Amino acid sequence: MFGITMAESDEFVAPGPNSFDFSDVALFHIGGLAVTKPMIQLLFGALVVFVFFYAAARRASLVPDRLQYAGESAYGMVRNSVGRDIIGSRDFLKFVPYLVTLFFFILVNNAFASLPGIQFPTFSRASMAYALAALSWVVYNAVGIRKHGLLGYLKLQSVPSGVSPVMYPLLIPLEFFSNILVRPVTLALRLFANMFAGHLLLILFSTGGLFLLEYGGIGYVAGPLAWVLAIAISFLELLVQFLQAYVFTLLNAMYISGALADEH
Amino acid sequence: MEGSLNMVGYGLAAIGPGVGIGLIFAAYISGVARQPEAQGRLQSIAILGFALAEALAIIGIALAFVL
Repeated sequence: MFGITMAESDEFVAPGPNSFDFSDVALFHIGGLAVTKPMIQLLFGALVVFVFFYAAARRASLVPDRLQYAGESAYGMVRNSVGRDIIGSRDFLKFVPYLVTLFFFILVNNAFASLPGIQFPTFSRASMAYALAALSWVVYNAVGIRKHGLLGYLKLQSVPSGVSPVMYPLLIPLEFFSNILVRPVTLALRLFANMFAGHLLLILFSTGGLFLLEYGGIGYVAGPLAWVLAIAISFLELLVQFLQAYVFTLLNAMYISGALADEH
Repeated sequence: MEGSLNMVGYGLAAIGPGVGIGLIFAAYISGVARQPEAQGRLQSIAILGFALAEALAIIGIALAFVL
């Protein structure tokens, strides 16, 4: 129910994008909509984050108990190292709830990749990452337009300062393209591709190890070696999961601070 | 076992970002070694540079699967 079994054959079937397709093993259907495992994970991840912070903040006291301390450290890390350092101490407080939620939502969903029983990173489905990037696109553009007005904001984002006006015809389209159009795409692709590639590697080494072991001969050595590598890669993945959640939040903060910047 | 030349191409394409990320962290490490108190400030800059360099590798892997 929770996994995709490999096709039984003598030939080794290399894992590919098909390994991420859950449409044949939908958990249940609502109307014509197939509800698959990643969708449930996304909702579950949101629930986990909500319950943790709600429980941590519910009985706030001057002398924090363990749960409150954990919640406050988690909140404080994003607040200080991402929010305050990047956006600046003047405007950052408004955005801290968004950034903290974003960070822990992504972190929990990435951590599902290593959680036994789930073992699937939600954001290795590209559409999930695109939705998240669309949200942050709306946020940083809305923030900038509110502060500078539409024309002022477009000028801020697409007219580079300190450049001779002769270069404007070349630079303005480029800057507009890179700051307004490409940003959300790279934001989403970075998260998606990291989770996708990491999970693909894990599938490759696990199923490849099994195949080598069944092949016999030198496979008796190479198969277990592949599994050892799979374990090593799992640890690398733990690092990547954290790093990607951090980078996504950090870039969000940077885009917001760029949209808020005063004109030069 | 079937393969695709796309993946060989992606492997070659990943050399560039790989070198780039190495240079970024080399500069970060030597920066922190010279001035340990600047670590906090250098860290976010290093991670931003890493993310930008990595974007190339990511566009590569996306295209390797799509094309």
